[in-house]
Amino acid sequence: MVGVGRALASVGSLLVLWLLLLGAAPLAAETPFLTVASTTSTEDSGLLADLLPRFRAVSGIEVRVVAVGTGQALRVARAGDADLLLVHDRPSEEAFVAEGYGIERVSVMANDFVVVGPTTDPAGIRGMGDVAQAFARIAEHEAIFVSRGDDSGTHKAELRQWRHAGIDPTPASGTWYRELGRGMGGTLNTAAAMQAYSLADRGTWLAFLNRAGLDLLVEGDPRLQNPYSAIVVDPERHPHVKAALAQRLVDWLVSEPGQAAIGAFQVGGERLFVPRAELAPGP
Amino acid sequence: MTAGASILPLVARGLVYQVGGDRLLGPIDFELEGSGRTIVLGPNGAGKSLLLRLAHGLLAPSSGTLEWRTSDAAELRRRQAMVFDRAVLLRRSARANVEYALALHGSRGAERRARAAHVLERTGLARIGDRAARALSAGEQQRLALARAWALRPEVLFLDEPTASLDPAAARRVEELIVEIGSSGTAIVMTTHDLALARRIGDEVLFLHLGLLKERAPAADFFAAPGTPEAQAFQRGELTW
Amino acid sequence: MNELSQAFSTALTLLVGLDSGLLEIVGLSLRVSGTALLLASVVGLPIGAALAVYRFRGRGAAVVALNALMGLPPVVVGLLVYLVLSREGPLASLALLFTPSAMVIAQFVLITPIVAALSRQVVADLWSEYEEQLRSLGATPGRALPTLLWDGRHSLLTTVLAGFGRAVAEVGAVIIVGGNIAHVTRVMTTAIQLETRKGDLALALALGIVLLFLSLLINAGVSLLTRATERRA
Repeated sequence: MVGVGRALASVGSLLVLWLLLLGAAPLAAETPFLTVASTTSTEDSGLLADLLPRFRAVSGIEVRVVAVGTGQALRVARAGDADLLLVHDRPSEEAFVAEGYGIERVSVMANDFVVVGPTTDPAGIRGMGDVAQAFARIAEHEAIFVSRGDDSGTHKAELRQWRHAGIDPTPASGTWYRELGRGMGGTLNTAAAMQAYSLADRGTWLAFLNRAGLDLLVEGDPRLQNPYSAIVVDPERHPHVKAALAQRLVDWLVSEPGQAAIGAFQVGGERLFVPRAELAPGP
Repeated sequence: MTAGASILPLVARGLVYQVGGDRLLGPIDFELEGSGRTIVLGPNGAGKSLLLRLAHGLLAPSSGTLEWRTSDAAELRRRQAMVFDRAVLLRRSARANVEYALALHGSRGAERRARAAHVLERTGLARIGDRAARALSAGEQQRLALARAWALRPEVLFLDEPTASLDPAAARRVEELIVEIGSSGTAIVMTTHDLALARRIGDEVLFLHLGLLKERAPAADFFAAPGTPEAQAFQRGELTW
Repeated sequence: MNELSQAFSTALTLLVGLDSGLLEIVGLSLRVSGTALLLASVVGLPIGAALAVYRFRGRGAAVVALNALMGLPPVVVGLLVYLVLSREGPLASLALLFTPSAMVIAQFVLITPIVAALSRQVVADLWSEYEEQLRSLGATPGRALPTLLWDGRHSLLTTVLAGFGRAVAEVGAVIIVGGNIAHVTRVMTTAIQLETRKGDLALALALGIVLLFLSLLINAGVSLLTRATERRA
């Protein structure tokens, strides 16, 4: 008995030691890298995991992505803790540049938002072409709607739709309108659990695996377009920022191979992002 | 015996110990010459353990004085040792416990090992020197505590109820050891509830009652003809506090 | 429930197949939490022991404060360390944000109070048992400190394991200061959070099972080691 115990202990400690050493394998210090502050929805769509290795193969530059909420991404970039900002919230982006933190907004791609909800669709919005009307129906029926409630790009887009519908859902917060303060994935998890409506970016929706009775109900309204911009953090503001490396990434993203890769990216057989070249002039 | 000047006698004048508003001991006056074996007797709560701890320096008097021949604290620490009613031993071997104490007193290397081996031999513990001290029997542990104290060659050895938690056989062996240590030149100051033990080995008796020194006499005289009514009642077993 | 059975089979596949992605994040988890624990022990054990043994004015208040610090939410620790390490913070020049070193620092801040507070209790209990005898032998509190730490080594090991458990299981601190960057600062807990966010609950659970299994291995190993040395001591 003791022998078995001793053997287990030795095997266990060897395993742990091995794992420790594995983790200790250092990344080549010579590889240049830059830090990109982006949003959770961007990361969760899987696009970056697809794009960035291609960029690395071409340029030899490693890209480290810190994926947080839009608000936090902006804060990180403002502080100079990142070299490049990649978000999808135009007013914030414009303010960022206007305040001198970024050089310029470069349009890269767009995806769109979709309205998801329970398959049973109690508010009866399935297939509607006008998202404002769909939202109005939801409010009318007082059907449960979960909002990200976290001041993210998606959240602000959602609030815009309520404004277009002429409705202020916040007095109803806590009843049929639930503000979660969470990322897209968490919000969708909650929507699935509560059988609620929500606004999601198509990317996260397609990659989301816990659908459990949720369906895509409304799509295609031009108001649901969600454009992304890349902004290099201004080195005049933060001298240590790797502006040159960041600029190379931006250049690649809008170049032909970059745009082609964006357009070719699919989830579940569907294209997720529209490269900027194909974008209709809009927001 | 350790080389160097003696720290005796110990002189107490107006010694008082109190906690909060409660006076637990004193005022007491005495002089301890330290020639032989002094037994401190008394019922529960008489202050025997307190007196020992005050004398040994583990407690500070609330008022009054307690003075040895020297005031050098380091010297005082080196020339005294104490054994408690339950042996307090470290989680290591018996031998290591003795060597730990010797190391604290500045003994090094071969000298330390030799001294430790010697006292373990004299106390009959050589055979189990490498066993975990805490795994020994109560009797063996107490003998080990004595060995540890003896290794330091103290001039004064305080013992607070050393046989209280032992069976008669173990108590007997401890008693023999105490006598042997005393014979090698160490002054013994011991409290006990065991009157038979006190009769057998005591040279002198200090009798305490309710925190005061009621009687002091050679042991033979104390047991033959106690002077105070309290001492008489105590020896009859009628003084419970 | 279906997720649960799927999770178990996924966990098994990952473990048996020694999936390289898994090994990478497990290795980093162990490295970050292990290093933090080492530092926390070096700092926390002596502090705890000193608080147990030295008497000084305000000691009571210090103990209360230390015990309270055990309840520091990981996310709060993460935020504080983040603010310090950020480019706009005092230690910006160290360029540690979004690196494993930042994670080690955050976890160190998080678990040192635990190690200190728990070891204080262990040493205090030992000191109350040993104090008279050790002082009789001439040991000052300072001299007694290493003796107490050594004598209490088995209980203190449990303390250290508690710290490790806390470190390896937390996500709030490491995700803020580390950024959960793939191949750089992604550890088990941040990976679990990511997969949960993406809705891949089965994979998230599987990683959780792996984490639990690892914890079990470590605790079992330590327990057997302790048992073996105890017999010899």
